[in-house]
Amino acid sequence: MNKKPIQTDLKNLEELYHEAEYWHVNAGGETIHAKRMPGTFRHIKWITMSIWLAFFFGPYLRWDGQQAILFNIPGRQFHIFNITILPQDVWMLALVLLFFALLLAAITSLAGRVYCGYFCFQTVWTDIFIWIEEKLEGPPAKRSKLDSAPWDIKKFRVKFIKHSAWLAIGLFTGISFTLWFGDAFQLWKAYLTLQAPLFAWGTIGVFVFFTYLFAGFMREQVCFWLCPYARIQGVMYDCETLLPTYDFSRGEPRGKLKKGSRAEGGEQGDCIDCKQCVAVCPTGIDIRHGQQEGCITCALCIDACDSVMDKVHRPHGLIRYASLDEIEGKPTVKIYKRPRVLIYFAIMLAAIGGIIYGLTNLGALELTVLHERQPLFVLQSDGSIQNKYVLKVLNKTDSDMPLILTISGHDAMKLINSGKPFMTRHGRVTAHTVFLRIPGDQLDAERISIIFRVENIDQTALFAEYQSMFFGPARN
Amino acid sequence: MSDKKNPNEVPDTGHLWDGNLRELTNQPPKWWMNTLYLSGLFVVVYLILYPAIPLLNGATKGILGWTQMKRLNETVVEIEKIRAPYENKLKGMSATAILADDELSNYAVRSAKVLFGDRCAGCHGTGGSGNPGYPVLADDDWLYGGNIDAIQQSIANGRNGMMPGFGTSLNEQQLDDLAQHMLALSKGSEHAAGKELFVSQGCIGCHGMDAKGMQMMGAANLTDAIWRFTPGTLESIKYTIKYGVNSPGAEETRNAEMPAFQQQLSETDVKKLAIYVHKLGGGQ
Repeated sequence: MNKKPIQTDLKNLEELYHEAEYWHVNAGGETIHAKRMPGTFRHIKWITMSIWLAFFFGPYLRWDGQQAILFNIPGRQFHIFNITILPQDVWMLALVLLFFALLLAAITSLAGRVYCGYFCFQTVWTDIFIWIEEKLEGPPAKRSKLDSAPWDIKKFRVKFIKHSAWLAIGLFTGISFTLWFGDAFQLWKAYLTLQAPLFAWGTIGVFVFFTYLFAGFMREQVCFWLCPYARIQGVMYDCETLLPTYDFSRGEPRGKLKKGSRAEGGEQGDCIDCKQCVAVCPTGIDIRHGQQEGCITCALCIDACDSVMDKVHRPHGLIRYASLDEIEGKPTVKIYKRPRVLIYFAIMLAAIGGIIYGLTNLGALELTVLHERQPLFVLQSDGSIQNKYVLKVLNKTDSDMPLILTISGHDAMKLINSGKPFMTRHGRVTAHTVFLRIPGDQLDAERISIIFRVENIDQTALFAEYQSMFFGPARN
Repeated sequence: MSDKKNPNEVPDTGHLWDGNLRELTNQPPKWWMNTLYLSGLFVVVYLILYPAIPLLNGATKGILGWTQMKRLNETVVEIEKIRAPYENKLKGMSATAILADDELSNYAVRSAKVLFGDRCAGCHGTGGSGNPGYPVLADDDWLYGGNIDAIQQSIANGRNGMMPGFGTSLNEQQLDDLAQHMLALSKGSEHAAGKELFVSQGCIGCHGMDAKGMQMMGAANLTDAIWRFTPGTLESIKYTIKYGVNSPGAEETRNAEMPAFQQQLSETDVKKLAIYVHKLGGGQ
């Protein structure tokens, strides 16, 4: 028997046990009271969070006397400034979704979960809720103490104000959400007079409940166990992705601050094990164990560590945005040499190209012709064959439009009782039935391809065409 | 050493397999358990509010008194509410007036589609495409007239075709001549011997001197390309002349019977159907 492999196994086992010692799962059993510290990334976070102000105040924007952005679901149209988007243009929505999916992939591949750390509503609302909590209850230590303290008038008052503020934010969130789907001012009026539709109240109720639950109580648990994007983004990293990383070669071996650091010729690393990086982490992880599922890459630990490095007069960047390659001393790759990122951006460009094409070629008219199938054709008393068609004209302009119909494809074709122009209502599909006749003796095929063309009476540049068929009796 | 093997001191089931395998009893997350309890609560609330538990006769009723039929009736009431303004207008208007109004006639066509499928399509075919022995309604040939009033009359009061059989008064040769004349007429020419019989036998009494028929009596136009009884072959024409249409006492006679619908349908429904038929392609 060779003894060597057994020894190796034992060593691996020891490592496993060592891992298990700090393998600590918080499934909501403990509340994380993160410390809040000023710093560069705290500033950036405030700025990126403020983008959500648009969510609250966007609906009040006006454009040409109308709501600038309105998603009119019952009316089946979206208004975005002077653009009207109808269900027929929904393919552009697919491109918009593609663009944002790829944007998420590209950014994540470049700099980690930027979305999670700086933009995600879960992060933003949680941060605001904690900000309120800190204003009312004080710093983390005081909050923990208050939590375990017995109930008295003072505790009740503080908690009552806090929960009311949370619910108020939830309410404002819900109301603001609904305002995107109806006229903002009218909806406010309906809310204030308690006459809004039940569906609107229900939507607000759902928002209040989940805002309160997710941002007030579940917080990082949502990122840990509920959010699929947290998991998806994790697998988009590679060794070249910039992430908040602990520079272990510089920091280890860590230890309490004392004489004998490496800078002074000793053995000890730069990490003084002050645990400030853990204290500020909103998801309660220790970044010094390396990148892990709980890290939303918000970089608040960088702020904390830098402030400590200032105090102990060491350079910044013990925890910093760095790729794994960089930390391990391998050469780093430039962005334009990373095929994955290039492919992401190429697809994003294609999606943007498609959206721009779509928006500039929306087309004012769209024509569809449905051939009546029962009966396919009808023999008339004079021996001619009649076909019936239903024209569906989509008028995307914002005014009703008189159209004239012309049909080409057969010389002897006659349009029955529809020579006169017909009106199409704006923003919707107008149906118009027409009958076509061809004398039986001049019909030389069972099927003839014909082209319908509708054009605006006053403006012949506004037209739409559709190819259809004329059917006659079977030939033999 | 023992605490190294179980660093987090998770309690276990107490059973030991193979001397070293233990089953830990980790608790599920609290929120997960709470969700489980909440869903249990939901079930209880649902059982109380809605019909749920099957019994020997029916099921528990639930305190809300919800039933599928009630829900259906509610939605029917909702739809009736949407239809009411149109229906009220249709009630007070003549079919001609409705036809002149684009919006109302569109409404009539859409709402008559189901009526036509239920009452008419069985004989006249979907879209009025006709069937052997039953007239096409989508063409421009009308036995009793193709204007909106005549169509409304046909639906309300029904129609009965009538033509005596000539099997006893004409011999085989004469029947053949007459049928040849019919065929020729439909192609714009004549058959001399047949034409003579057409006049002498009194066909002109109903079908007219010019053989163009008479809508008052439902006598068919014999000069057009459309045959009341398909196919338009010599045999088929001879058969019609020989046995007639709805000829009393003759078993082989052609049937041409359209039931009256005014008993079964409301006046508004008849008007809607008339407009639907008028708009199938041949209304005049």
